Amino acid sequence: MTALVNIKDLKKSFTQPEGGKLLVLDISEFQIAKGEQVAMIGQSGGGKTTLLHLIAGLLSPDQGSIQIDGIETNGLSEEGRDRFRAETIGYVFQTFNLLPAFTAIENVRLGMAFGSGKHQHARAGDLLTRVGLKDRFNYRPGQLSVGQQQRVAIARSLAGRPKLLLADEPTANVDPSSADSVLELIRDTCREEDVSLLTVTHDMQIAARFDRIEKLDEINQVDHTTAAS
Amino acid sequence: MSLIHIAWRNFCHRALSSFLTTFSLALGVGLVVLVLSIYGVISEAFTRNASVGYNLVVGPKGSPLQLTLNSVFYLSQPIENLPYTEYMEFLPKDERASMVSRFGGDPKLAERDGKYAPYIAGGFAIPLALGDYFGEFRVVGTTPEFFTKLKHGPNVDEDFTFSQGRAFSNFSPENSYFEAVLGARVAKEMNVAVGEKFYPTHGDPSGQGHEQGFTIVGILDPTGTPNDRAAFVNLEGFYLMDGHAKPIERDPEEDVLDEAVDAEASNEEPPVTESESDSPTAAAPESTQNNGIRLVQTEASVSDSDPVTNEDPGSDKEHRPLSIPEREVTSILIRNGNIMFAPGMQNAINEGIRAQAAAPIGEINKLMNLIVGPLLTALLAITGITCAVAAVGILVSIYNSMNDRRRDIAIMRALGARRTTVTSIIIFESFQVALIGTIAGWLLAHTAIVLYSGKIEDQTGVQVGFFTTSNYEILVLPLVLGLALIAALLPAWAAYRTDVGSNLSA
Repeated sequence: MTALVNIKDLKKSFTQPEGGKLLVLDISEFQIAKGEQVAMIGQSGGGKTTLLHLIAGLLSPDQGSIQIDGIETNGLSEEGRDRFRAETIGYVFQTFNLLPAFTAIENVRLGMAFGSGKHQHARAGDLLTRVGLKDRFNYRPGQLSVGQQQRVAIARSLAGRPKLLLADEPTANVDPSSADSVLELIRDTCREEDVSLLTVTHDMQIAARFDRIEKLDEINQVDHTTAAS
Repeated sequence: MSLIHIAWRNFCHRALSSFLTTFSLALGVGLVVLVLSIYGVISEAFTRNASVGYNLVVGPKGSPLQLTLNSVFYLSQPIENLPYTEYMEFLPKDERASMVSRFGGDPKLAERDGKYAPYIAGGFAIPLALGDYFGEFRVVGTTPEFFTKLKHGPNVDEDFTFSQGRAFSNFSPENSYFEAVLGARVAKEMNVAVGEKFYPTHGDPSGQGHEQGFTIVGILDPTGTPNDRAAFVNLEGFYLMDGHAKPIERDPEEDVLDEAVDAEASNEEPPVTESESDSPTAAAPESTQNNGIRLVQTEASVSDSDPVTNEDPGSDKEHRPLSIPEREVTSILIRNGNIMFAPGMQNAINEGIRAQAAAPIGEINKLMNLIVGPLLTALLAITGITCAVAAVGILVSIYNSMNDRRRDIAIMRALGARRTTVTSIIIFESFQVALIGTIAGWLLAHTAIVLYSGKIEDQTGVQVGFFTTSNYEILVLPLVLGLALIAALLPAWAAYRTDVGSNLSA
């Protein structure tokens, strides 16, 4: 299987307020194949979100290589990474992060507003319909339930036809009865769109549904039991 | 989804804050547009008023500006009066002789051309006598020539026309010397019509009313000049009102002045004109002594061509025109037939003892530059500061919202928006406030102008409509957009520097 994401010798540290650097991630190798759905589990503060931000190009690594679809993102300029992110990566946040000023369909359109491709307004409607919000196009986030908001966020993350979807604890803020349906929705939609999926979670039950489970503690050489998070 | 649409959504999302910021900017812009419009109206009014149809105003020595104000605008108080003989200095010998003959006066006056007559060279000299009021409006004593020789309008080529009636005459059998013509605004505000009589008050609008009334024989069409605000009466009738005749016990000082003027006249070498050699010599009228002054026996010198003396003497025996020594004029409106003579004439008059000559256009421009201009500049500065304060309002409004919006900006960045994209969205938001505020301010100002257009036209003669704009208004939008850009720089910089990771995790 061809690797969509190929990480090698990745290191990331943050400057601490009192000075000095705190190493958070030290991953020698990690790959995600095209169309693969991977669950990454790890303890809170273990660097899961940092790994997602590094893959998305929102953070730059201290050293190492991140190749996505054959492109070394670390070698791109910040603007290049922004464009690459807009066209290649979808992101589902733990707290949904819908923009309150925009309606559901406008939030989905935002997902394709910053790429270089044509704006496909019809696609926003299709996606909302597919996530079961056909009659909620013009509702604002505040007028939607938590589960509905997460569905809008999923639709938005796929709007730009990404090759990789990054989901950061996508079910953490939805009630347990909705968690399953949200998770299945993400997985099914990714399958339909042929999108690779990397979900980070601390919930083993959620992770158990995925094709492959990776434990961050095992691939990350930083010992978080001794390092402050 | 365009960046402008995103900016608009943000604008709408913070509706109250956006509305208040935009409204404060609209008020600032409205004030600027109002001041600019007022400036435009005043400038046009001054330009119209400068198109008076004469190039010099002659009056007693004093402030040329005051002379212009009271003779052109009918504002301020007259400086003093000039003897009628000063007016006669602008007339050729035959007209002087005719006056001596009709009104009575020193026969010597008829023996020579007026000192300044050669400068007139086909132009005219029209006397004005001020001092009375009809309501709040000035009563202007003048001659019928005022309506036949003076022109007005942007090209100074429009004759006075009458919405009702006609110009007054020097004497009419039905109204004697007491006919009047009203400016358009006077007739409207005083609600009077042709055929009615009015009684001027003496000295000021609330002064003692004269017993002698004037019959309104004509109402002028609006001219957009101060003449709309004047009640014109026949000069002869004006003189005949109580207290308007100058006492003829002569002040020795006046005699000295008269002698000096005569001496000046005899020594003067005015420009040679055709009229000088062609002017007929009037016969010296028979004279007599009265209070030390020689007066012509007017009833003995009736002329067929003289409208005053053509009257049936028995028809209005108690009203006989005043003699020349009893007459005074407040000012004289001069138009030189050859404009090249105007500077020489002005110098000659100003070098004289009694009178001064002022160029109304020059004085009006001075008034604009010295008083009105700086006042409007100060007003513009104040309203400009108001706009700057409104721009600071935009800055504060957007900058304060940045704390709430860092997360939104981080989300957009995570969705692929570049730093320059989120910066542009902030600047577009500021531009939207500026654009809406400017349009709303412009509409507010022009609505106010339209609401007061009737009053403005009445007061100044300048017609203003909703789309009447001053030349400078076109600069308001770019200026406000410039201010908005400056106001947006700080919040835009904050947006540019927003850290995605920390704000997404917040």
